[in-house]
Amino acid sequence: MKVQETIIQPGRAERHYWRDLWRNRELLYILAMRDVSVRYKQTILGTSWSVVRPLATMLVMVLVFSKIAKLPAEPGIPYPLMVLAGITIWTFFANGFTQISSSVTMNANLVTKVYFPRLLMPLSSAVVSLIDFLIALGLFMVIALVYRFIPDWHILFLPLFMLLAFGAAFAFGLFFAALNVRFRDIGQLIPFLVQVGFYACPVAYTSKLVEGYWWYKFYRLNPMVGIIDGFRWSLLKGDSYLDPQSIIYSVGIVVVCLFVSISFFRSRENSFVDDI
Amino acid sequence: MSVITVENISKQYIIDHQRSKGATTLRDALTQTGRKWFGRDTDANNQLEREEFWALRDVSFSVEQGDRVGIVGHNGAGKSTLLKVLSKIIEPTTGSVRIKGRVASLLEVGTGFHPELTGRENIFLNGSLLGMTRQEIKQQFDAIVDFAGVEKFLDTPVKRYSSGMYVRLGFAISAHLNPEIMIVDEVLAVGDAEFQKKSLGKMRDNSASGRTILFVSHNLTAVQALCNKTLFFEKGQLIEQGETNYVIQSYLNKISKTKLLREWATPEEAPGNDLVRIHRVELIPEYPDDLHHIDVRTPMRVRFEFWNRMERANLNLSLHLNSITGECIFNIGTQSLPYGKGLIGGECVIPGYFLNDGSYTISVMVVKDTVTPLFTLEDSLTFDVEDYREGIAWYGKWPGYVRPQIPFEMESLEIETLK
Repeated sequence: MKVQETIIQPGRAERHYWRDLWRNRELLYILAMRDVSVRYKQTILGTSWSVVRPLATMLVMVLVFSKIAKLPAEPGIPYPLMVLAGITIWTFFANGFTQISSSVTMNANLVTKVYFPRLLMPLSSAVVSLIDFLIALGLFMVIALVYRFIPDWHILFLPLFMLLAFGAAFAFGLFFAALNVRFRDIGQLIPFLVQVGFYACPVAYTSKLVEGYWWYKFYRLNPMVGIIDGFRWSLLKGDSYLDPQSIIYSVGIVVVCLFVSISFFRSRENSFVDDI
Repeated sequence: MSVITVENISKQYIIDHQRSKGATTLRDALTQTGRKWFGRDTDANNQLEREEFWALRDVSFSVEQGDRVGIVGHNGAGKSTLLKVLSKIIEPTTGSVRIKGRVASLLEVGTGFHPELTGRENIFLNGSLLGMTRQEIKQQFDAIVDFAGVEKFLDTPVKRYSSGMYVRLGFAISAHLNPEIMIVDEVLAVGDAEFQKKSLGKMRDNSASGRTILFVSHNLTAVQALCNKTLFFEKGQLIEQGETNYVIQSYLNKISKTKLLREWATPEEAPGNDLVRIHRVELIPEYPDDLHHIDVRTPMRVRFEFWNRMERANLNLSLHLNSITGECIFNIGTQSLPYGKGLIGGECVIPGYFLNDGSYTISVMVVKDTVTPLFTLEDSLTFDVEDYREGIAWYGKWPGYVRPQIPFEMESLEIETLK
């Protein structure tokens, strides 16, 4: 048997970090399963909560935005579907972002007691929110059928936008997760950011509503604008509004942020145990 | 072949005292950066309030394959920091470590156990955290459950477990790890006596199969039973290493906070009041051998002397022997008799084979007319009673406050003959 040799030195970047990460994929699976199965323990509705919650949110949104605020739906698209598409992808981003940000601090007891590539913690949170998202997506499909809205070839682009949303949640979440270890202020800040984001992103409306304003060119710099519009566009047969320019911004910003966040996280992870 | 080579490992922490600039909240961090950028940096003041603390300092040693190495030292001596460095949890400030083989660290029993998950789920969770593959866990599953004795509760959330079951399950998982090097911190301090014995036996079996073990414990008896080599740490430094019995002896000599004599030459400086003042209190052990430390066998005398400043009073001395945690083991008083002004003294004999191993303090109280305490000298003496056993293969903590050798016998009453 080949003897594995480990060298521990200050500041020594783990040469086999990515290989280690891959080797620990079972642990990733187990950590994710832990988070999934723990969540609805001792509840009566159990896993149906992950269906009930987005459904209830949608009902409230439809009521508030279409009946009271009278936001216009785009021609040919039922307003509830438009909102539900927006909520589905937004919830994925927001939950992923929130859970990833607190992933390291939530697992403080592990950080101080065992070694494993620390990226596993945000990754497992990301997996958990991905599972929630897939359930919500299924729900969307069912409701779309109720409205006799059958997606067409545009849906081929769906994985791209899902990947982008995943990347955005991971990039922002990872950055805040590393920061959160040292500065617990982050924990207070995140719900606020998510709340602001909900209105600043085209969740309950499409970007068409703000297209005419002079600040639109800044508005679409928000990577989530392109992602949400694009997600809706690919689900709703390309009928809803999509600014191609905003997708370019999304891709560019998400890739850069991912790169920055991962290197930030890696540079901080060795001192997590001292700060946590 | 040395499997672990540690060279000049140090770990430094910066302790920020109050009002210092070590940013702990975002606001601090922002104002700090602001000051730096706008040139209103007051670093000079704050530098003074930062203090360096070396949790480990220039530690070097090497461990051969199959060694069972005990690590002893006070709390805060750096033992746990060392284990964490070896487990890759903490990054050292300087130095390097070379480890050959797979390491399993057991710094806590039941690491990562989630209270809501069942025993079965937690076995997989904890096992993978400790570095086992699912395949390995499946193979060992029955053995783990059997060792822990929790068959009936496998599908119960561990939050419903008794603390004993929880600990047994945690240890059982780690005992079935199969690494070349095992790092163990204080796990024997938990669980009941029977389970401790089982755990220690399991660890010895492991080492018999050529496994290297690093073992931190406050239980010197367990270290002596298990380890062939021992490292002794103090204030982050490795001050002694070598053969276990030798190192433990020097550790015992060094750590004893023992205060066997308190004496004040004149009444003016002595503690007390206008009525009585303490002159001296002394504990005189009668050592059984030339190792000068008190163990459970050692008889002791407590000698006391105090000044009586009153013309004539009925006095007695009340002696409290307390455990270090403050419980009174016993209280004994002399007879109350009339004494005149002057020095009064007396002695109490504590027989051998009476106190259990542990740390104790002695307080003395002068009482007038058997009801009025005149003066109490709290914790005047402090001493440790070490463990000592003969012909007993069990090394767990002996329970109880006292360990008397009172007559206790057993005999065979009837022999069943084979027909």
